[in-house]
Amino acid sequence: MNNVVSDSMNTGTASNQADTKFPFPAPSGYPLPQAGEGKEGADLNQKRPSRHDAAGSLYKKPWHMLFYKEVLRFRRVSFQTVAAPVMMALLYLLIFSHVLESRVSVFGGRVSYTAFLVPGLIMMSVLQNAFANTSSSLIQSKMAGNMIFFLLAPITPWGFFLAYVLAGVLRGVLVGIGVWLAALFFAPQLWHPVAPGWIIAFGFLGGAVLAMLGMIAGLWSEKFDQLATFQNFIIMPMTFLSGVFYSVHSLPDFWFKVSHLNPFFYMIDGFRYGFFGESDVSPWLNLALVGTACALLTWGTWALLARGWKLRI
Amino acid sequence: MTCAVEFQAVSRRFGDLQALDDISFQIAPGEFFGLLGPNGAGKTTLISILGGLVRPDSGRAFVMGHDVATDYLNSRRNLGVVPQEVVFDPFLTVRETLRFQAGYFGLRSADDWIDEVLHHLSLSDKADKNMRTLSGGMKRRVLVAQALVHKPPVIVLDEPSAGVDVELRHALWAFISRLNKEGHTILLTTHYLEEAETLCDRIAMLKSGRVAALDHKQKLLSSVDAKMVRLTAARVPDSWLARVRRTEGQSFLIELQRFEEMEMLLAALRAENIAIKDLRVEKSDLEQVFLQMTGSHFEPNAEEARGEAAA
Ligand SMILES: Nc1ncnc2c1ncn2[C@@H]1O[C@H](COP(=O)(O)OP(=O)(O)O)[C@@H](O)[C@H]1O
Ligand SMILES: [Mg+2]
Repeated sequence: MNNVVSDSMNTGTASNQADTKFPFPAPSGYPLPQAGEGKEGADLNQKRPSRHDAAGSLYKKPWHMLFYKEVLRFRRVSFQTVAAPVMMALLYLLIFSHVLESRVSVFGGRVSYTAFLVPGLIMMSVLQNAFANTSSSLIQSKMAGNMIFFLLAPITPWGFFLAYVLAGVLRGVLVGIGVWLAALFFAPQLWHPVAPGWIIAFGFLGGAVLAMLGMIAGLWSEKFDQLATFQNFIIMPMTFLSGVFYSVHSLPDFWFKVSHLNPFFYMIDGFRYGFFGESDVSPWLNLALVGTACALLTWGTWALLARGWKLRI
Repeated sequence: MTCAVEFQAVSRRFGDLQALDDISFQIAPGEFFGLLGPNGAGKTTLISILGGLVRPDSGRAFVMGHDVATDYLNSRRNLGVVPQEVVFDPFLTVRETLRFQAGYFGLRSADDWIDEVLHHLSLSDKADKNMRTLSGGMKRRVLVAQALVHKPPVIVLDEPSAGVDVELRHALWAFISRLNKEGHTILLTTHYLEEAETLCDRIAMLKSGRVAALDHKQKLLSSVDAKMVRLTAARVPDSWLARVRRTEGQSFLIELQRFEEMEMLLAALRAENIAIKDLRVEKSDLEQVFLQMTGSHFEPNAEEARGEAAA
């Protein structure tokens, strides 16, 4: 679950052997830089076909490449970044459904507890992994100092924003799909959600909100432990206490009210509505609140990036 | 004609420290320009402004006529920066590093060009190695390659030879000189006087965030008023101790205001019965230029050496 520290950070140590000198070959038509070259989408090899089927050939806008790099970053260690969180969610599912199936009744008994639990776990995984991806990527780049590679590039604040947030959402959604597919063994009825549109909307919006929060946390943190604190004391409790494991209607009145102050509650509640057509509050209210949060955070994150907050001094 | 690089009254503070104080100068296209200054003079801060990594409190900067603040997409397309610190992405191989870098500049299918850059920097056999496995010098070459991958007309190198062995340093110098001959504008920062003297056409001397001197290398060197003579002898006459600028064993670097003072030095040596083992006039160097322009030594330890000589 806690991916901040576990996302591998392999800086490694370099051997310091003396390097051989460059043997300079005869100048081979090293082309002169031309003004105007290097425009977006300029093709350096217009005359010559590319020898390699480069991943680069698919990407045109600078931020596309940054997005691709962000995806590659978690794909390279997908065992940790995708498989491990799926596994974790399944463990929760096994334990909680085993212990509580016969004791807890939700939605007036119309939905089994195990089935009720699965959408919450899926959404929790989406949220936590979207957050972990953007925040850990940023802090790693910051610690390694390699942020300058794209800070020196002609990438707009929007491009920077889209690359990170979309990669974070993608990882969250991939983990979510993994949890969903695995959970079908326990609750096959989830293969046919009642209203898939809501699932997609809340999965995307919730992932985006957490990816943006992760970006802000990653930019803000100077060290790994600051980020870990943020994750362990804010993100984790809020995702756990948002009605993943229970319907808030089963809570005492005080905690019922407190739950309604937790923004994650609305994401999970709306997401669950997509599976069962039932929820603790109206899906439209959920959508309005989550959508507003998403819009505000988009503006806020963009404003921070445009100012170069913690990036450009 | 548009300048390759232009600074207009650039100032920047870090807390109480005035890191840059009203810096203005221009670099013409095709120049090999040296930004020389001791550690902490503000070199890195100044060139970081070009790439938008540091923002000035006041003043403007341009790359190929593009304002780095308001027209940053174009200014960055025209700029390649080799940073002072060796940094890298531990997830990537050398080739991937360069592909991504090209992609960040919006370049598709840059592979042929990447091959060429790898070849010129003798990195071809390392292309598919992970960055982590490379030695420090190799990583620095990859940084150079990264700065070239979008064919920028202006290339900035921040102390490229710091912490690099002599062989790589000379190879790097040759490579940079060639880039310059092929039309790139080069802005090189260094705190090695020798490096600036060997490579650069024009030199700006930076001290405590101010431009202390800026001219063609030859003009700077010929502007030195003080003449240096190197005396090899058992000791220096007492009356001349204050003029000793550097001491290496029995070799003393002595500053004369005019060559006419040479007679007085010889007279003093004769009066004190000091045998002259060797005496020669030294060519003026950038150290003297710096001393004359700023009133202080370039390297702080030169100051210490002088203190010892006087004691
Ligand atoms: N981010 C920063 N915060 C505070 N002080 C800084 C920062 N960056 C540079 N400085 C200070 O500004 C001065 C100039 O630094 P720098 O430009 O790195 O010098 P140089 O590259 O010539 O060695 C130094 O005194 C340095 O300590
Ligand atoms: Mg520096």
